[in-house]
Amino acid sequence: MAEPFRFYTRLTLKETTGLRAISLPQLLKFLRTVPGSVIYHHTHHYLQQHQYLTPEPPNDFAYWVSDILGDKELGERLVSIDTISFPSLRALRERFIETIEEHLRKRPRLRFRWVEPEQAFHFIRAVSVIFPTPYEAVNLAEFARGLVAVTIDSLYYHIFEARLRLEHGSNDFSLWFKSLGEEALAQTVARLDPYTHTMEELRQSILRMIGRRLKEAGIS
Amino acid sequence: MQATLESYEPIVGRQAIDELRFLAQRLQGRSVLHVNSTAVGGGVAEILNRLVPLMNELGIAARWEVIRGGDAFFQVTKKFHNALHGQPASLSLQDYRAYLETNTQNLKTLSLDADVLFIHDPQPAALIKARPQKGRWWVWRCHIDVSSPHAGVWGFLKKMIELYDATIFSAPQFAQRLATRQFLVAPSIDPLSEKNRELSEETIQPIMRKLNVPLDLPLVTQISRFDRLKDPMGVIEAFRLVRKATPCRLLLAGGSASDDPEGAQVLQEVRDRAQGDDDILILELPPNSPTEINAIQRASTVIVQKSIREGFGLTVSEALWKGKPVVASAVGGIPLQIAHKYSGLLCRSVEGAAFAVKQCLNNPAFAKRLGENGREQVRQNFLLTRHLKEYLLLMAALEHPEDVILL
Repeated sequence: MAEPFRFYTRLTLKETTGLRAISLPQLLKFLRTVPGSVIYHHTHHYLQQHQYLTPEPPNDFAYWVSDILGDKELGERLVSIDTISFPSLRALRERFIETIEEHLRKRPRLRFRWVEPEQAFHFIRAVSVIFPTPYEAVNLAEFARGLVAVTIDSLYYHIFEARLRLEHGSNDFSLWFKSLGEEALAQTVARLDPYTHTMEELRQSILRMIGRRLKEAGIS
Repeated sequence: MQATLESYEPIVGRQAIDELRFLAQRLQGRSVLHVNSTAVGGGVAEILNRLVPLMNELGIAARWEVIRGGDAFFQVTKKFHNALHGQPASLSLQDYRAYLETNTQNLKTLSLDADVLFIHDPQPAALIKARPQKGRWWVWRCHIDVSSPHAGVWGFLKKMIELYDATIFSAPQFAQRLATRQFLVAPSIDPLSEKNRELSEETIQPIMRKLNVPLDLPLVTQISRFDRLKDPMGVIEAFRLVRKATPCRLLLAGGSASDDPEGAQVLQEVRDRAQGDDDILILELPPNSPTEINAIQRASTVIVQKSIREGFGLTVSEALWKGKPVVASAVGGIPLQIAHKYSGLLCRSVEGAAFAVKQCLNNPAFAKRLGENGREQVRQNFLLTRHLKEYLLLMAALEHPEDVILL
């Protein structure tokens, strides 16, 4: 018998590190040393702040490089770093560093391009506060009811934070479906690319998948 | 009448209200005290007026105290304020002494018993002297931009501020490097306040008639005090560029300048510049006119905020909340509220402002989309309920220094 699924939620508070960069070498220097929570903030907060819109490329580094520093090529390469393919923040950070280093090798004069202080890149840390909601499920039907009731922050926690920041291996929903013996459902949900949907679309997609599964099993 | 948490549900959704309750449940038993220097007027008092009762409704024992001081004290803190904004300042030893003495006097009368003390802005910052006898966690909430302050005044304050457990700034670019944690909490607007609540056409129309603002032409509006930093002259120039091709009317509305000599001078200059032009309306609003401001914003076709310098510029969120296309300068906190071409238009010059206003007037579908996105942007990020949530989160973060906190 699988353990009941408890919906948690996680809310974030922003904390500035006081570190700022006005050039690529500075950006690179701080990228190497800032805590993982800073990398997490700059690659994920977009998803939440603009969740009602079509998702934006979810990283601030790309935005700053292309729109502020004005290097569209590097910006594009940073945009296309596929966050979902990295198992940890360490690996994600490494890819950002490698991409910028490689570009600087190709275009060394870019080292000397800098922006005005008021356009600096500010390194911000995400402080996550995680707490349980009263919603709990022992089967798929209850799970669907819980999924309707929670905020998108709860989805965010079980999908992004669990996988990348807490390194649970997959998203929490898929892990639980697996423990129920719902292998196919677990895999379908794990294959969803959460970075190309809004959180609300994601919720609806998962609800539809559960709905189909319940129908197959003759539970409606 | 004070709005309850429930009354925000139609605006932010059931789930968001539930989440606030779940979070607050984890923080039961804590007490909070806010201290600032004014009970009425100004954005801080406006927010505390709403925030404190809502905290209590959530089971957090919250209070709000106001420090008292004489003219000498407030003259000094006015100087502090200007100096922190980077203006030249000359402060004497006596000024600093008056500041410290007033804070010491207040220590005798204020009841500072609370777990978490939020001390707002420089005026009461020296209350930190009461530590460690009073309060468990001390937080300095800075509402102003101290990114390029007067070195002497900042040096004086910094020593005190670094005694706090944490500070809060509205945006990273307003902060300074400090030896204490710096959290980022943007200010907010209250969607249920008189200035922001929904108004019906039946309410708006008579107000506009009373204010003598005809609505037969598209209305381009800037609401702000008559201050050079709000660039009313630039707005007039931009308007004249727009009107060459697109018929419209300009409304410059601001608080009365009767008790502000510089404001009166700017107002006169604005009148001179607009003289003989029937399509430019200049309106002096009485000090407390939230319903009028609300109605004007809702009756406008495009709202402009062409400031040269700005703090957070929360008036932009107020305008966006009315679902209006907003054209605003890319200064201060404005770019945090407007994603260019998405939830409004940013500009950097008279010509840029004129072009953006024209785009909105000539393309109503585009203007409508900007307005809708702008309202959503505010709903997600700049409403009072988000502000309340972040204060609660901060309370949790004070007790847990780690990056991932399990409550």
